Amino acid sequence: MNIFELFAQSFPRLMSGLGVTLSTTLISLAIAAVLGLLFGLMLVSPNKVFRGIAHVYVDLIRGTPIIVQAFFIYFGIPNATGMRLTAITAGVITLCLNAGAYSAEIVRGGIQSVPKGQMEAARSLGLSYGAAMRKVILPQAVRIMVPSLVNQCIITLKDSSILSVIGLTELTQTGRLIIANNFESFKMWIIVAIMYFIPIMILTKLSQWVERKLKIAKN
Amino acid sequence: MPKIEVKNLSKSFGDNQVLKDIDLSIEEGEVICVIGPSGSGKSTMLRCLNQLEDATGGTIIIDGNEITDPDGDIDLYRRNIGMVFQQFNLFPHMTVRENITLAPVTLKIMNQDEANKVADELLERVGLSEKADAVPAELSGGQQQRVAIARALAMHPDVMLFDEPTSALDPEMVGEVLNVMKQLAEEGMTMVVVTHEMGFAREVADRVIFIDGGYIVEEGTPEEVFKNPQNERTQNFLNMVL
Ligand SMILES: Nc1ncnc2c1ncn2[C@@H]1O[C@H](COP(=O)(O)OP(=O)(O)OP(=O)(O)O)[C@@H](O)[C@H]1O
Ligand SMILES: [Mg+2]
Repeated sequence: MNIFELFAQSFPRLMSGLGVTLSTTLISLAIAAVLGLLFGLMLVSPNKVFRGIAHVYVDLIRGTPIIVQAFFIYFGIPNATGMRLTAITAGVITLCLNAGAYSAEIVRGGIQSVPKGQMEAARSLGLSYGAAMRKVILPQAVRIMVPSLVNQCIITLKDSSILSVIGLTELTQTGRLIIANNFESFKMWIIVAIMYFIPIMILTKLSQWVERKLKIAKN
Repeated sequence: MPKIEVKNLSKSFGDNQVLKDIDLSIEEGEVICVIGPSGSGKSTMLRCLNQLEDATGGTIIIDGNEITDPDGDIDLYRRNIGMVFQQFNLFPHMTVRENITLAPVTLKIMNQDEANKVADELLERVGLSEKADAVPAELSGGQQQRVAIARALAMHPDVMLFDEPTSALDPEMVGEVLNVMKQLAEEGMTMVVVTHEMGFAREVADRVIFIDGGYIVEEGTPEEVFKNPQNERTQNFLNMVL
């Protein structure tokens, strides 16, 4: 069987795996965007307690492997609480907590790259800290953050393959299951790799386009 | 009642005490120029006046409001105190008009139409009517600083603070900014101006304050301070800059 026949034959299962990969990634990224903004703002907050909480979160996530996080959430938490999570729920929680922590760092970096005088000028006009952040700092920070955030989306998409270890039938797990039946390891992994590669290339091109747009808007 | 009343103001950064026991009383409509060597605490004092730096000790009362009161609404007090920075600090992602209208519109003091009208008037006043739709990057330094003055004036402040407003400018642009400030002084604005422009201080200031080492070492009319300085440190400083 050549690679095209193999692809055609396993097409429905591969598409279903890709669907799980993309939807898990998208939902996780949507939640991570909220987490990243929230914890990113906490990281630069004048309030020590907020900063402390955010640092603990970011450090815990960055200081442990994502595969351990996935095991902890899928096996560890039910073991302690008796509450069973489906693989997809545990997978989404793992991915969004992970991407959220890295995004928080990106948001912090973006905000801190805006010159201090911008906040001072806004506050000197009577704007509150929140209004100054919203109207003056974040719009400038976002432009700086875009490339890193897109990069984070790509990393999260790739990291979703790790969720195969908790039995989530996303794309990688699907590949493994198909190979278990037909032993076409070489061709199958090429197919799976291409199926990751295409959406990632689209994301990369998209980000280059957005970056160009932002550059034009700035000049 | 004085417009600005500073009593026993002190300010430390860690162990470094930058301001020591500053007393200052400024009447409505007065123009005060603050001079002194680099690192003497001029900017710090000015920034305490709108609490961009919080005072370590002492009180500051502006227009009857104790702005050093930790329970006071500093955002509200700041609406009344405009500030112009050495580096302009215009918002680069907004047009000139948006820079000027941002605060009054966000704070719901005016709607966008009213604010636009105010912006046009202010831009005419600082001689930049044709630049309303430009972004800061398209303007020269002098033009940017005049926009920054217009931006501060849009809140109709009673007091204006200037921190070396012409120090970042090419020499040929200094005059246009000083002229706007002079006009503002003539209209009766209460102004505190940190400056190295001794000519401006001499011509426009009602009072000149010389700061050194965190103290007000000398104060008086420009005539008194420039022609007949009493303190040796003032004399040395003036000998160096004049
Ligand atoms: N945010 C800060 N943190 C720590 N030290 C500071 C800070 N701001 C100012 N200082 C210190 O306070 C002292 C006074 O600084 P300030 O900026 O008020 O001087 P200045 O008179 O405005 O000088 P210049 O003419 O150079 O602007 C300096 O020794 C400076 O290093
Ligand atoms: Mg200074």
